[in-house]
Amino acid sequence: MGERKTVLQVKDLQTTFFTDSGEIPAVDHIDFHVKEGEILGIVGESGCGKSVTSLSIMGLVPKPPGKIVGGEILFEDKDLLKMTERQMRRIRGNDIAMIFQEPMTSLNPLFTIGNQMTEAILIHEKGWSKKKAVNRAVELLELVGLPRAAEMMRDYPHQLSGGMRQRVMIAMALVCDPKVLIADEPTTALDVTIQAQILKLMRDLNTRLDTAVLLITHDLGVVAETCERVIVMYAGQIIEEAPVKKIFEDPQHPYTKGLIQSIPDMRYKKERLYSIPGNVPKPGSIKQGCRFAARCEFAFDRCQKENPALYETSDVHDTRCFLYDKEGVEMNDNKTLVKS
Amino acid sequence: MTTKPLLKVENLKKYFPVKKGLLGKTVGYVKAVDDVSFYVNEGETLGIVGESGCGKSTTGRMLMRLLEPTEGKVEFDGKDLTSLTSEEMRKTRRDIQMVFQDPYASLNPRHTIEKILEEPLVVHGIDNSKERKKKVREFLEIVGLSAYHAKRYPHQFSGGQRQRIGIARALMTNPKLIIADEPVSALDVSIQSQVLNLMQDLQKDFNLTYIFIAHDLGVVRHISDRVGVMYLGKMVEIAESEQLYAQPLHPYTKALLSAVPVPDPNHQKEQILLEGDIPNPANPPSGCTFHTRCPAKMDICMKAIPKLFEQYSGHSVACHLYSELSGNDIKQMEGSL
Repeated sequence: MGERKTVLQVKDLQTTFFTDSGEIPAVDHIDFHVKEGEILGIVGESGCGKSVTSLSIMGLVPKPPGKIVGGEILFEDKDLLKMTERQMRRIRGNDIAMIFQEPMTSLNPLFTIGNQMTEAILIHEKGWSKKKAVNRAVELLELVGLPRAAEMMRDYPHQLSGGMRQRVMIAMALVCDPKVLIADEPTTALDVTIQAQILKLMRDLNTRLDTAVLLITHDLGVVAETCERVIVMYAGQIIEEAPVKKIFEDPQHPYTKGLIQSIPDMRYKKERLYSIPGNVPKPGSIKQGCRFAARCEFAFDRCQKENPALYETSDVHDTRCFLYDKEGVEMNDNKTLVKS
Repeated sequence: MTTKPLLKVENLKKYFPVKKGLLGKTVGYVKAVDDVSFYVNEGETLGIVGESGCGKSTTGRMLMRLLEPTEGKVEFDGKDLTSLTSEEMRKTRRDIQMVFQDPYASLNPRHTIEKILEEPLVVHGIDNSKERKKKVREFLEIVGLSAYHAKRYPHQFSGGQRQRIGIARALMTNPKLIIADEPVSALDVSIQSQVLNLMQDLQKDFNLTYIFIAHDLGVVRHISDRVGVMYLGKMVEIAESEQLYAQPLHPYTKALLSAVPVPDPNHQKEQILLEGDIPNPANPPSGCTFHTRCPAKMDICMKAIPKLFEQYSGHSVACHLYSELSGNDIKQMEGSL
């Protein structure tokens, strides 16, 4: 893959929500990095903390009740968490941009696409003339594959379909040629044929513009088709990290394994789906031991008591599971390392 | 498996009027479901797939007459449901039950689970109070919950558990047919597989027939014996599930299948990327409604509406590529059009 610079590094990030029913550690000590021009996926089920992670990076965690209580988020070696709101505003859009699941709620229904696009451009490119901004907007709309871009400048968001709106959002995110694009479930609200178009667009833009993409999704199919590297989250923690091929060929954490086996495959019929027993835990509900222990078929004594560390199982693969603790192997004497 | 059709749908249509102006003059129709025919055999699962706005949910609702069909016949167990009075229909609903997508919106938050599950029995006057309560507990266990859950309220359950309750409610009246409209699409993957397995077990135990409406092609393949694909209010292809996924005929089905992301980075596939969006159903394209996006479009597709016909045994498709007409016929038709 060649040595690529790290553009974004998250170190020991903790984002906690202070609610009436107590403190909820939505993101609980997570570490990861995004390299220049790569597509990194974060997968997990609802409540695993994947969206809060992205909001933390953008400085958009609703506070109160949310608060980043610890850690660092380094963008080109500058800690975003130490920045003032003014400085942060310069980072957002200029260096790190974000697109969301539902494009309709991210666009203002009262203004035309042209209005909103040029506004974004003029905010970031001080001193540009209106005309220059309009030209740039049309150029961007064309870049994201919208036909009749010049006419679309006069349209209102409700006149566009869901797929077109998401393209407009992507165009807007690209206004300042960001180094990192965070896409939080960008295709979840779209139909499959439209999803395929948007994913292709994101891959194309990633290669053409060399923008690093942090793709947050619950869909393992989307991950397999789009990402280079994957982080699997569960109950606020990273439980596995590996290149995409490794995750699917050799998933290590019992949760990752279970998740992959739970998906009905379109290519052949499985007699019966594997299913992980129990429910996704509410954030903060598990205080002791491994958070997956209650649903894990391999769980042993130690899993109930201690929270496993993220063990390095190869130079590119990390897993948060005692089954991979080389020093603690004697503790799981009755459980062998079974690979299914 | 018997091969007697339990449900037969013929030329079902639902046109919603588009009203405009102060007097509410009807200026046109949205053809939400346009001339759809299919059957479901006893004990089998028919999957209906399609993207948003294709009419799959409207079809499901019309089968129960939660929506009145504009035209067409729904024959269930030998009776034509469209000709029943509303009182007769109400009684028939004992045999046809529905499971909805959002288990939170379909359970009354002010009622206990016991009351929710008991209600269909009360409505249909089945059993006395004591027997009903016993039955509620029995069915809670059947769907994988516990008898003590009866006294709780919907908000105390997770999404997956609520969907189990939704399924239990549908089972209470001992129905023959269950129409499930996107029953697992609001659930996380690990919970989705639990609910799918439960539905398969129940089908065996209670000899149920399912109509499973969903947009997720993987889920539909997993659970269905036969699958119908809808596009803009029309059934464009219907076949045995194995057959449909291995050898799709309609260009839309092909594109749809190729668009689904496969959870395997080594999977090599030829992706057919459809251009453009689904057209507005209020103003559908002429001829074959798919012609605006179809990679195999011919002249005739803009003019004539293709009919659904059986290309191979049990495999029907509505596409001019497979038209029963010979090339000469098509030429003649084009000349006359």
